[in-house]
Amino acid sequence: MPFTDANVIKARAIIARYPHAKSAVLPLLHLAQDQDGWVSRDAMEEVAALLHIEPAQVLGTCSFYTMYKREPVGRLVVSVCTNVSCLVNQGPELLAALRARYAGDDDVFVEEVECLAACDLAPVLQVNYDYHGPVTPDAAATVIDEYKAGTRVARTVSGGRVA
Amino acid sequence: MAPKETRIVTKFLHEHPDDSWTIDAAVANGAYKSLRKALTEMTPEQIMNEQVKASGLRGRGGAGFGTGQKWSFLPKDVFPRYLAVNADEGEPSTFKDHMLVERDPHQLIEGIVITAFAIEAHVAFIYLRGEFALGADRLERALADAYARHFVGNNILDSGFDLEIVLHRGAGAYVAGDETGLLESLEGERALPRIKPPFPAVQGLYAQPTVVNNVETLSTVPHVISRGGEWYAGLGVNRSTGTRIFSVSGHVERPGNYEVELGMTFRDLIEGLAGGVRGGKQLKFFIPGGASSPWLLPEHLDSPLDMDYVQNDLKSMLGSGAVMVFDETVDPLLVAWRLSKFFAHESCGKCTPCREGSSWIERVLYRMSHGEGRPEDLDLLLDFGDNIVPGLNAPFAQTTICALGPSTMSPVVSLGRWFRDEIDERMRAQAEPTATKVLIR
Ligand SMILES: Cc1cc2nc3c(=O)[nH]c(=O)nc-3n(C[C@H](O)[C@H](O)[C@H](O)COP(=O)(O)O)c2cc1C
Ligand code: SF4
Ligand code: FES
Repeated sequence: MPFTDANVIKARAIIARYPHAKSAVLPLLHLAQDQDGWVSRDAMEEVAALLHIEPAQVLGTCSFYTMYKREPVGRLVVSVCTNVSCLVNQGPELLAALRARYAGDDDVFVEEVECLAACDLAPVLQVNYDYHGPVTPDAAATVIDEYKAGTRVARTVSGGRVA
Repeated sequence: MAPKETRIVTKFLHEHPDDSWTIDAAVANGAYKSLRKALTEMTPEQIMNEQVKASGLRGRGGAGFGTGQKWSFLPKDVFPRYLAVNADEGEPSTFKDHMLVERDPHQLIEGIVITAFAIEAHVAFIYLRGEFALGADRLERALADAYARHFVGNNILDSGFDLEIVLHRGAGAYVAGDETGLLESLEGERALPRIKPPFPAVQGLYAQPTVVNNVETLSTVPHVISRGGEWYAGLGVNRSTGTRIFSVSGHVERPGNYEVELGMTFRDLIEGLAGGVRGGKQLKFFIPGGASSPWLLPEHLDSPLDMDYVQNDLKSMLGSGAVMVFDETVDPLLVAWRLSKFFAHESCGKCTPCREGSSWIERVLYRMSHGEGRPEDLDLLLDFGDNIVPGLNAPFAQTTICALGPSTMSPVVSLGRWFRDEIDERMRAQAEPTATKVLIR
């Protein structure tokens, strides 16, 4: 989807914060992902147009960073850490259990991630960038299902603002 | 006597766990008093020389460079200058900046404004790790409140000093935590580190003089101003002055952040404060300063948390202050493999030794840790590791643009140093009846 009118205004305000417009690439990609749940080709072209640069430059930057999803993902991005403090606290087992449980679920995208800087809570996961830990696979599934049912409010996908 | 924390930077957030991130609680507790003092009673030179240099404060991001000294490298009369705040915290098992951002954003903002005043910068960027969503919310709110009360913005506290602070969220890339990778990322590029020189102080953001400092470093600055550089220098040990926040995780009873006076022993930190190894098990090894630091053994527990001692005598480093504790059940090969997988994933690919080396190390460590190793594998790793870190002696020589390349060798060097016998024996056993194994994934 193209940026909504409100987001075009936001985008222009973001660009104005920087001495050089190209610095706004990351924030504008976050804005696009907040709006659509992922970053489409069209969104990259629109960001390029707003910044007066080539779409390939936006893609070049976008494709370097793991948070930007260049294909549609579910409403819920579940990021499970398996780096070493979680490794020795059943992080990989948590990842495997959630992958199996949500294998056919289009709403839930389970990904393996590097250290989330919350290792005292190991094993740690995020649901749309909200932290949960330490969690067993069953406790994690309960939490994820609450987000699915709307009894917990999830952030927009890029980890951007809540209210 | 039971070892104790010395809380300076973490005092307020512990005392006000329910609202420490709000401006009302912060101001009621004295936030921004140091800012007023700096702006009204001190010149930039006084802050830099008589306070921050005199305090002996060294960077808390990993490299431990003298903070006042770094500021003094800015070339005279070149403007504009920028301050870039490194809040990208990606070093595995480090979680202190995350806490400082979420739970005491005003302390950080105060440190930023004082530092910007000292280095004569009028724009500061906070490069916040993208995954820190709550941190972004709280920091955004804190900035808006600080602007509203004239702690940030034009003519701060009627001093005539102007500063804009821009919150900039990253998007998932460890190497964006390297100071020059960070600057590239801030310019809208892939976070590929830059060849130095020129150093950021001379040509940084938009090719202008730039200071890059870590969140904990800047959060310490208001305390140096309020109580004096000399007071701060009186804490700590040798050239490691003051306190540091250590993130202790892994197999300990009480994982968490502990702020202690430097000079305390690893034993007091791990056993005294963090409660020791969980479940009555034995300690097998620990990693003293983040994934990039070479590992240490139980026999090193009585060593002091002294940056120079750990580097020179223990051939490791205090790095980012992340202490990872592993009990006797842990397979060091598995930990080494997982860390090498991290480095291979995060290598930006700009330098051949790091790009090729990191993924080779990962593959060989994978087979070693998954029952498919060969007797010669450890020597093989050390042999090609020598092309990444010539000599393999700490502190590591660097053949690459940033320190990520050499860091890939920390787990490998540690295996060779401490676990050779155990590994040789296991590899011989794995190699025995060699069926047709897939040796490389
Ligand atoms: C690969 C790599 C990742 C780094 N990540 C971080 C980080 O997340 N946070 C940080 O403060 N410093 C990080 N550093 C260190 C920075 O380059 C830089 O030394 C530091 O931000 C300077 O601040 P200080 O002097 O206040 O410590 C990293 C360095 C490298 C090579
Ligand atoms: S050492 Fe590795 S991460 Fe650093 S610049 Fe070179 S390739 Fe990139
Ligand atoms: S290792 Fe999992 S959050 Fe740090």
